[in-house]
Amino acid sequence: MDTLSAPAILGSAGILGGVGLVFAALIAVTHRKFKVWEDPRIDMVAALLPGNNCGACGLPGCRAFAEKAVAGAIAPAQCTVSSPEARADIAAYLGVDVGQATQRVARLLCAGGRDVAPERADYLGLPTCKAAAAVAGGGKGCVWGCLGLADCAVACTFDAIRMNAVGLPIVAPGRCTACGDCVEACPKDLFVLMPIEHKLLVQCKSLLEGDAAERLCRVACTACGKCALDAAPGVIAMTNGLAVVDYAKNDLAGPEATRRCPTGAIVWVEGAQFAAPAPLVEGVVV
Amino acid sequence: MLGRLRFRHGVHPPELKELTARVPIRRLPFPAELVLPLRQHGGKPARAVVRVGDRVERGDTLGEADGFVSTPLHASAAGTVSDLGLWPHPDGSYAPAIRLAVDPASPQALRPRLVPEWTALEPAGLVEAIRQAGVVGLGGAAFPTHVKLSPPKDVKIDTILINGCECEPYLTTDHRTMVEYPERVHLGLRIMMRCLGVGRAMIGIERNKPDALEAIRATLPKDLDVTVHALEVKYPQGAEKMLIESLLDREVPSGKLPMHVGVVVQNVASAATIAEVFETGLPLIERIVTVTGRGVRRPGNFIVPVGTKIRDLVQAAGGLTEDAREIVFGGPMMGAAQASLDIPVLKGTTGVVVLTAADTKPTVSYPCIRCGHCLDACPVFLNPQLLGQLALKERWDEMATNHLADCMLCGCCGYTCPSNIPLPQLFQLAKAALRKRPAA
Repeated sequence: MDTLSAPAILGSAGILGGVGLVFAALIAVTHRKFKVWEDPRIDMVAALLPGNNCGACGLPGCRAFAEKAVAGAIAPAQCTVSSPEARADIAAYLGVDVGQATQRVARLLCAGGRDVAPERADYLGLPTCKAAAAVAGGGKGCVWGCLGLADCAVACTFDAIRMNAVGLPIVAPGRCTACGDCVEACPKDLFVLMPIEHKLLVQCKSLLEGDAAERLCRVACTACGKCALDAAPGVIAMTNGLAVVDYAKNDLAGPEATRRCPTGAIVWVEGAQFAAPAPLVEGVVV
Repeated sequence: MLGRLRFRHGVHPPELKELTARVPIRRLPFPAELVLPLRQHGGKPARAVVRVGDRVERGDTLGEADGFVSTPLHASAAGTVSDLGLWPHPDGSYAPAIRLAVDPASPQALRPRLVPEWTALEPAGLVEAIRQAGVVGLGGAAFPTHVKLSPPKDVKIDTILINGCECEPYLTTDHRTMVEYPERVHLGLRIMMRCLGVGRAMIGIERNKPDALEAIRATLPKDLDVTVHALEVKYPQGAEKMLIESLLDREVPSGKLPMHVGVVVQNVASAATIAEVFETGLPLIERIVTVTGRGVRRPGNFIVPVGTKIRDLVQAAGGLTEDAREIVFGGPMMGAAQASLDIPVLKGTTGVVVLTAADTKPTVSYPCIRCGHCLDACPVFLNPQLLGQLALKERWDEMATNHLADCMLCGCCGYTCPSNIPLPQLFQLAKAALRKRPAA
């Protein structure tokens, strides 16, 4: 049997080669016709970004940030998560100004740790804040207050939140990227993201006033109104049993508003919100 | 067609009703203060129409209905409005409430009729009178009764079911109501039949209450098509959909209501209350509450004004025992734990169960071993073990596609789980998470 004759081998090679050539031509045409030009700098900038896709800049991921940065629509400094050197590198590479970064951090609107805000009942169910909040609002006497079961610390991907000894989350401003995961995790809606230069802060969400508020928590806002009188006009308003700071007038705000607060509910925050009363795990930036 | 007087699946928790099943209903002296939260039921809360310092008589309107799914709120005792503000609510929040300092000198007597005679009213007028009397379902969920009695025009109701199952352990309010006020149950049923223009009614009572069955049967009106049926003793026999399966062999489709299969279900206590409202002429201002559990010294069934605080109820039941540990509104299967003795009784509060340390031993959860007990327990045929695994991973959307919406949080799965996985609590969280983002 003569199965491997020369014409058969040449013939099949020819057919395959022909098919290959046809597809090659097709690919060549498609490549030219449908080419999308992408700025090669986008890849370079994306490589310089942290790659966390945290969303702190307000964009859906680092690549979106790189695209905007290359287009000149966003300053490199807006990526508050990356180091100052990385930001400078990006600015130098793109030949633009680093720009002004408004670093935002998560702030807790509660200072009622276990030492000052007594529990009214023991909660024994699933050990998460969400679960506790669903059962009679949790064990804490103040139903607006922090339950201290660390849903926020678990949700934080940047390890910026550690619980202190009295059950309050300490946010490390150096690590917080203002991604908003803790805001979503807290069933009591106690976290807000705010620029770090907003230093006047009311650490309370209790809608009760006067003695009723203070019975539940020694550092509650009793709505006495002294801070509103002491601050520059219009900076603090009293609404719904709480002092509310108007951050549009942040330039006028000063620590003098906090001096006469009988409970210490309103504070002037420099850096982290709460001092850690107990030693934290080593290596944590607070 | 009559059903098989039982439903599929379910569990048999210890009944523990012997603590109060034979204790006659007793009226308590008025407490010094009543607290009436404006949010008494699902739907919109009432809108306060009194001011601090106002003097009110028993039955005066404190809050007006605000919208269709809303009912008015009435003063449950004569006294003075001492405060309008936030007060601990049984749902765990602080909610707007009216505080009433009860007048110690007032005789708290009945007063001239505020609710019209029922015989003089047309069906529409009856429903409106029921609404103006602030009547809600007294079986626990507290859904406004007038909404159930005004079905949309395209829905045809052929049967009213009266729910006398009281399948939750401990509770005996419905039981005692049937034993002591069977005529009221029948009169309430008669009024509801006129409201809906329905000719047929069935009363379902679990077989563990022979005295209630006897009392209801003995007083059965001759001129109405009402039948009484003894049902299998199983939890949750008193859930609407289970009761419809037991009595009529009809299945309420997923996402539908009993009215879509031609049925309206009302609790015996609701029926008795409608009758009482028209008999006395006073709106719904008091209810029967079982105060029970091994954590109180003298458990009992009490008539109390709406707004009585747990503290006063516990005192009436002889006080807390040394080892009292947890207070639950409603039964232990579906009830809500309460965190403060200042919390007041709402219109829908069926009982106050005080559990002891032994009843509430904190338990550890173990991993799911896929034994399938929860599948055999779930009365709506869901897959709780799958839902539980999804809940632990917070995969809420997949839970929704696995029919989480049909779960009524009856607690059978958690009760039967040998690994002690708190399945109902997980499902409650999932439902809350899904409610928060309905678009997902």
